[in-house]
Amino acid sequence: MRVEMFTFLLTAAICLAGSFGVVLLRNPVHNALSLVATLFGIAVLFIQQGAYFLAAIQVIVYAGAIVILFLFVIMLLGVDRAEGFDREPILGQRPAALAAGVAILGLSLTALLSVGSRVTGQASTLAAIDGAEPNINALAKVLFTDYVFAFEITSVLLTVAVVGAVVLARKAGAAIDAEEFPDGTAADLLQVRYEATEVADPELGQLDDGNASDSEPSGDDTETTTEALR
Amino acid sequence: MNLIWLIPCLPLFGFLVLLVAGRKLGDPGAGWWATGVVALSFSVVVKVFFDLLALPTEEREITQTLFTWIPSGSFEVSIGFLADPLSILMCLFITGIGALIHLYSIGYMKGDEKYSKFFLYLNLFLASMLLLVLGDNLLLTFLGWEGVGTCSYLLISFWHTDPANASAGKKAFVTNRIGDFGFMLGTFLVWVTVGSINYADIGAAAPMIAAGTATAIALLFFLGAVGKSAQLPLAVWLPDAMAGPTPVSALIHAATMVTAGVYLITRLNPIMAQAGWANDVIAWTGAITALVAASIAIAQTDIKKVLAYSTVSQLGYMFLAVGTQNYVAGIFHMVTHAFFKALLFLGSGSVIMAMSHEQDMRKFGNLRKYLPVTFATFMIGWLAISGIPPLAGFWSKDEVLAGAFNSGPAGPVLWGIGLLVALMTAFYMTRVVIMTFYGSEKWRLTDDQQNAGELADVESSELVTADVAVSDHGSGHDDHHGLSPDHTPKESHWTMTAPLVVLAAASVVVGGINLPFGSDYKHLERWLEPTLAYEHELPPVPVLIVLAFAAIAVACLGIFLAYWVYSKHKIAAEKIERPVLAHAWYIDETYARVAGGPGEAGFQGVADFDGAVVDGAVNGVGAGVLAIANRLRPIQSGLVRSYALGISIGGALLLAFIVTRMNL
Amino acid sequence: MLALNETWYLVLAAMIFTIGAVGLLTRKNPLVMFMCVELMLNAVNLTFVSFSQALNDIAGQAIVFFVLVVAAAEVVVGLGIIVAIMRRRQGANADDISLLRG
Repeated sequence: MRVEMFTFLLTAAICLAGSFGVVLLRNPVHNALSLVATLFGIAVLFIQQGAYFLAAIQVIVYAGAIVILFLFVIMLLGVDRAEGFDREPILGQRPAALAAGVAILGLSLTALLSVGSRVTGQASTLAAIDGAEPNINALAKVLFTDYVFAFEITSVLLTVAVVGAVVLARKAGAAIDAEEFPDGTAADLLQVRYEATEVADPELGQLDDGNASDSEPSGDDTETTTEALR
Repeated sequence: MNLIWLIPCLPLFGFLVLLVAGRKLGDPGAGWWATGVVALSFSVVVKVFFDLLALPTEEREITQTLFTWIPSGSFEVSIGFLADPLSILMCLFITGIGALIHLYSIGYMKGDEKYSKFFLYLNLFLASMLLLVLGDNLLLTFLGWEGVGTCSYLLISFWHTDPANASAGKKAFVTNRIGDFGFMLGTFLVWVTVGSINYADIGAAAPMIAAGTATAIALLFFLGAVGKSAQLPLAVWLPDAMAGPTPVSALIHAATMVTAGVYLITRLNPIMAQAGWANDVIAWTGAITALVAASIAIAQTDIKKVLAYSTVSQLGYMFLAVGTQNYVAGIFHMVTHAFFKALLFLGSGSVIMAMSHEQDMRKFGNLRKYLPVTFATFMIGWLAISGIPPLAGFWSKDEVLAGAFNSGPAGPVLWGIGLLVALMTAFYMTRVVIMTFYGSEKWRLTDDQQNAGELADVESSELVTADVAVSDHGSGHDDHHGLSPDHTPKESHWTMTAPLVVLAAASVVVGGINLPFGSDYKHLERWLEPTLAYEHELPPVPVLIVLAFAAIAVACLGIFLAYWVYSKHKIAAEKIERPVLAHAWYIDETYARVAGGPGEAGFQGVADFDGAVVDGAVNGVGAGVLAIANRLRPIQSGLVRSYALGISIGGALLLAFIVTRMNL
Repeated sequence: MLALNETWYLVLAAMIFTIGAVGLLTRKNPLVMFMCVELMLNAVNLTFVSFSQALNDIAGQAIVFFVLVVAAAEVVVGLGIIVAIMRRRQGANADDISLLRG
């Protein structure tokens, strides 16, 4: 009992730390690594609840493939510059976001903690987890009999996704042309609005490295990287 | 086999054939076809009449239901015919006189380019009129009512290339429409009160209708009758309707359509019996209309206009009768009037044809030399309408007046008005006869001779100023005049004179259907008894005799006065023919001024209100939506994160909803 | 209370979910926003497995299986889109993609 509780608390701490890291850290690579930590923690929690197969899949697919994919894209596009945290272009977004978050958390906790300590659903009679049967057998049995149609559809989905990704990422188009976006990016427009409504920070023009998302296209540094990669 | 359905369907069939093949049948084929169809319908009516006679009095009614027309829940209307004494009587003279007028029209409309179309309309009119009379519920009657109104419009403006004729048709239609509004409201009220619009059900339920409701129903239907039968204040369309061909005037505006109002009131007599003072309204309207119309007829120079105002006046008599709940007298006068008025109109048509479509009586004179048959029949019609015994008009008019005399406290006043109208009727009809058939042949005089007032009168040498009252000339026929001073009128074709003879014979004898010499002779009264809920008692016989002699005396006085003025020229004509009478008491002008001035302002106000408020509201809704949408547009900023924020807030709200619904 | 029942897991999942949601609303870098989405999906997965354990029903794990697969497909396509956008416009962030504004 105490071992389980200890395991849980430790893993939970790792998960939460990773989550905060994803949200709060600046460098996208740091964010990715925090995500990995969270995923591992989740995998451990899966094992603790007897979903062994899913834990393995979690590590292999999520941490091993998806996060790698993220890192590839980060490296490919050179968005490893940190984004500016000081300004929020959309008015009221941050307070609203925090309020929404607090609301969701509070309400969820209210819902969860007020029903006593047991779930109120019905225990299944059809697909009961037999303690004797290995987890993977049970899961396989269900997947290939009751949910075989969904299973096949998901395989089709994967194929379609691959085709779509190949098509989407195929050719490099031209950089943004002035005719299509005569006012520049939306960020430029919001920049103007910010400067009109709030006191402009005199150190605005001197944000340290990479204001790629804030002001004009910083073409110089990133272009070399992308040129090399093309 | 039940043949009632043939009665209206034969003319309808005739109409359909003429619609398809009328032009091919041509002149005079279309005319003979139409006449044959109507004559056939008349024979069916006679057969049904004898069938009815064979039945005992209490059961004297044959019904035939063809099919259900409107099966709408509790409101069910079927196409059904009710042949009871009243409707078969009306069918008899409608089809009989109708057939005669069709025959007459074959000759009258000869050479007209729209020959077959005329008979098409006439057949449709007859079909509608028969439907009106035979229908067993108010809706069928209304169908026929509207049908005859439409045909009247089509036929009045038959020569519609002349805008005056088209206007006359429009005037008739619009004025009728006002009446139709009353009819419809009356029907609705009956439906709400009785729950059915069948005459059988109405008759059964009538004693239980509250007096106020019955009065309202009566007044509403009377409004319809006022429109259709040209009583004041809606009498203005009938004189203008003389713009149509003379057979139309004879059939529609003398014998049949205008009697539809009287028929309606008589058919609804169970309700009228409950209606209290509404009957007095009817009687007084009839009496006053009769008086005013007769006064106008005195001063008209167009022969058809005189007859038109005379029709309005005689219709006033009929309404006087039904208003005093003397339905037998009303129907009796309707029947006799149908015969002699049709005779008079057809006779005038014969005269007009002979005088190359000239209608102004100031250009007639001494026509008895040239048109003997027309003259003879016209004289019989004149005697009939003036109320000289033993012709038909005397018996019916006398019964109307006698019934009015003892109809309550105002009876003698009504009787007095009726008597005055009889005097005026005799006067103006004699005037017509003298101006048309006697005197000098005024069309042979040149214009300046006439205008200078030098009329060489054959029978009198006194000078009469020709400054007769101005009247509105008959519309539409000015361009047909070929009346030169050496024109010789010729008697008309036999197709035109034969109906005249038949009608004249009928005008002599038809009085025999209801002689007041004891109940054996009162055929009409016995015949109509099953359909009437209330029998009006005539005064006792001694009073009757006095009243009858008063009527005869008044008629003779009227004839003598007209002879005195127009033949002997002892009194100047223009003393009697006042301009205000010639202009019909300026009724038309008043209407035009009211409708054009305040009326139009009112209508414009309504139209403006509609444009500003109603349209404004509708457009305002659209404008408001646009304004709100423009305000809301910035929400769709295209920024993913604000959308995500929206989703989160929505999710939070959903959670809140769920949490509040949990039993914590 | 001190026993380790599924409520603990559910609370943890709720917290991870909330953190992911706030991060999605707050960050501008599209890749980081995507990672926050992954966070939220994982929280949901944890929830499902907890319920599967509590209700003794294998169907919960089957659902997680499908969620995983679909999340993978979604990441593939999403990153493809991000690559396509970022190529045209260097250093674009989520606020630049606003052509759908009304």
